[in-house]
Amino acid sequence: MKAWILALLMACCAVATPPVFAQAGQAEAPLTFTDTAEEARFHALVAELRCVMCQNQSLADSNALIARDLRREVLELMRQGRSDAQIKDFLVERYGQFVLYRPQVRTSTWLLWFGPLVVLLAGGVLVARIVRQKAAAAPARDADDGQEW
Amino acid sequence: MMKQATRWLPLAVVAVLGVLLAVGVWMSRNPNREALPSPLIGKPAPEFHLPVLHEPERQFGTRDLRGAPYLLNVWGSWCPGCRDEHPVLTRFAETRRVRVVGFNWKDEQADAMAWLEQFGNPYWVIVRDYDGQVAINWGIYGAPETFLVDGKGIVRWKFVGPLTDEVVQSQLLPALAQLDATK
Repeated sequence: MKAWILALLMACCAVATPPVFAQAGQAEAPLTFTDTAEEARFHALVAELRCVMCQNQSLADSNALIARDLRREVLELMRQGRSDAQIKDFLVERYGQFVLYRPQVRTSTWLLWFGPLVVLLAGGVLVARIVRQKAAAAPARDADDGQEW
Repeated sequence: MMKQATRWLPLAVVAVLGVLLAVGVWMSRNPNREALPSPLIGKPAPEFHLPVLHEPERQFGTRDLRGAPYLLNVWGSWCPGCRDEHPVLTRFAETRRVRVVGFNWKDEQADAMAWLEQFGNPYWVIVRDYDGQVAINWGIYGAPETFLVDGKGIVRWKFVGPLTDEVVQSQLLPALAQLDATK
């Protein structure tokens, strides 16, 4: 059953991908790192960046040509001594907020950041009111309903 | 009073979900919904100096394009969408409304030349970005993509995916008319 759903999902993804919007097929030169710290920082960074071409993959996972270019660019910027925040800003300037898996807190993203919290609070308030109302409506029965628990 | 409100609550929730679903369905009617909006609109076009496809020793760039609007069209011989777009772009270029600059992206020179030989060359000039460095500055992520830049070098419009006659009529020509009006 699970496999069936997965197959269906994959079929949907295949249909949704616009076939006319293409990428070139050049071979990728593998990235080389100077040390493990650099490699760890690089992997953490690209995992938080979205591939602009494929959109449902991170920059780390994607094999799209532009993702390879952007990975190379990210490493280059790291070596120029830029901070993670500066590298993210560099990409946002060019590709928009979309490249970030965790969007920055701005007026345009308030709903995204705080919407779930508001819904949760509203639900909590509602439940509290219903519970209090029920308690007020039947205090006598609650106090002594003759049942032993 | 409270009881009245809670009775209608499930209906309200269903109604809100229904509206959300309707909005989602309505939005998905746009075939170009996956295109990313460009943060460059209204901002100066990124500077570039790139070799000209037909004369690799000659550099051509944004400075040479100042003074009049131009259309920058990103293409590659590897890109099937560019082939679909080609007749549309050719028809538009023949009107000589603005200069159409080709941005040959991540392409072998020989492949690009053969492609033009086969389909024709609608471009005023073609620059070549083999390693894709300039493309990153322009926020290019696929081909074809098309930018309209005004005489002051400000990006005014962008389209992701193959241009169609419909897009030219409904988006590009109005954007050009607006440039003329604000000149």
